[in-house]
Amino acid sequence: MSNSPLLEVVDLRKSFATLEVLKGVDFTVLPQELVFIIGPSGSGKSTMLRCCNLLEKPTAGSVLFKGQEISKPDVDIDTIRQHIGMVFQSFNLYPHMTALQNITLALRKVKKVPTSEAQDRAMSALEQVGLAEKHDSYPNQLSGGQQQRVAIARSIAMEPDVMLFDEPTSALDPELVGGVLNVMHKLRNDGMTMIVVSHEMRFAQEAADRVLFVDGGLIVEQNTPEEIFNNPQHQRTREFLSRVSDH
Amino acid sequence: MDAFAEEFLNWEVMVKYFPDIVAGLWVTMGLALMVIVTGLILGLVLAVIRAFQINPINLFIIAFVDIFRSLPPLVIIILLYFSIPMFGLNWSGFICSWIALSLVLASFVEEIYWAGITSVHKGQWEAARSTGLSFFETLIYVVLPQVIRMTIPPLTNRTIVIAKNTALASVVAVQEMLTVAQTSLAYAANSSPLTLAALGYLLMFLPLVILSRYIESRFAWKR
Repeated sequence: MSNSPLLEVVDLRKSFATLEVLKGVDFTVLPQELVFIIGPSGSGKSTMLRCCNLLEKPTAGSVLFKGQEISKPDVDIDTIRQHIGMVFQSFNLYPHMTALQNITLALRKVKKVPTSEAQDRAMSALEQVGLAEKHDSYPNQLSGGQQQRVAIARSIAMEPDVMLFDEPTSALDPELVGGVLNVMHKLRNDGMTMIVVSHEMRFAQEAADRVLFVDGGLIVEQNTPEEIFNNPQHQRTREFLSRVSDH
Repeated sequence: MDAFAEEFLNWEVMVKYFPDIVAGLWVTMGLALMVIVTGLILGLVLAVIRAFQINPINLFIIAFVDIFRSLPPLVIIILLYFSIPMFGLNWSGFICSWIALSLVLASFVEEIYWAGITSVHKGQWEAARSTGLSFFETLIYVVLPQVIRMTIPPLTNRTIVIAKNTALASVVAVQEMLTVAQTSLAYAANSSPLTLAALGYLLMFLPLVILSRYIESRFAWKR
């Protein structure tokens, strides 16, 4: 396990019109680390995540992936993005394609994998998320939890170096959350590097290497989950955690 | 009632002019098919170009589309037909009608596709782009297949409306079905050829209407 960071964010700033959402954020992610991002809604945590694969263009600052500054305008971002998986709150499966086709599309068009091999790889990705038998189903025939697991399979089939999770369980009925978290646990145990924005505090305590607490567009504190949850250093962190644990 | 039958359902007149009407029907059908193919393809191309959001080009497309949707197709056909010789070109009424109606159909079709493109959820773009697909690949493989399914009802509707406008080509001497029917009517001093032409239009467009119903239900999918 190399110790040079896989992803490095330096003095990241992002404004939407006059609203400054990120006010200078720095963090690094090491290979095989699971970094968990928590914070109140509107704190900028999703924007932070979306800047990591340039879905959101930073206003200032830089994002480095394997030492290469990918936030420069002359970088071919499509080439970089195939190494950075992303899972969305609303799944975003392609409704006109089966689960299998959802997964093979980028394999065929971006990685230029021949169709039959792409299908094999898609099937093994579906097996990893426990949905091999659903390969011929369309998204509307799947439950929310199943859709999200297919979306995760779509991402892991690309064999990314790091995966970004943007509130992957927030749109799910409570009884479907467990299935998705199990898949994420398994990924973590297989050594996948992950950045997770979520409100699943139990998952953070069990699986995270590091927790970042974000508020008002800044990282207020970051530490191991034990320290953050049992011994928060900042008043705002304590307030947030007490509000969350009320539920 | 006898007077009506004599004027509109005269068997002898119908038999006599039947071959002419059929010849006109082929011309109408050819023109309609050419307009449909050209209009649908050109409209799609314009919508795809517009999706790239290049400012001067977009302004041109919007202006083109708005003008051709505002002008009556008849005016465009006549203008094109009578102005084109001044550019040293010698286009037939058929060519002028084909181009004019294709441009009108393309304008409406562009707007329909464009509305479809903007209504595809942003998350679809983001999901595809996050896997490394380019903007164009996302448009082709992810967005347009959804747009085409979703826009089939308005597309077929508009296509039928414009295809029926092939009858307007009669004003620029195209020997399509209505022209032939009117000429026959004058010769025969009887309106029965017009009845034949009406039957011809039904024969041509009713299957198209039914086909569009079928396509709509075939490609509709639940979200």
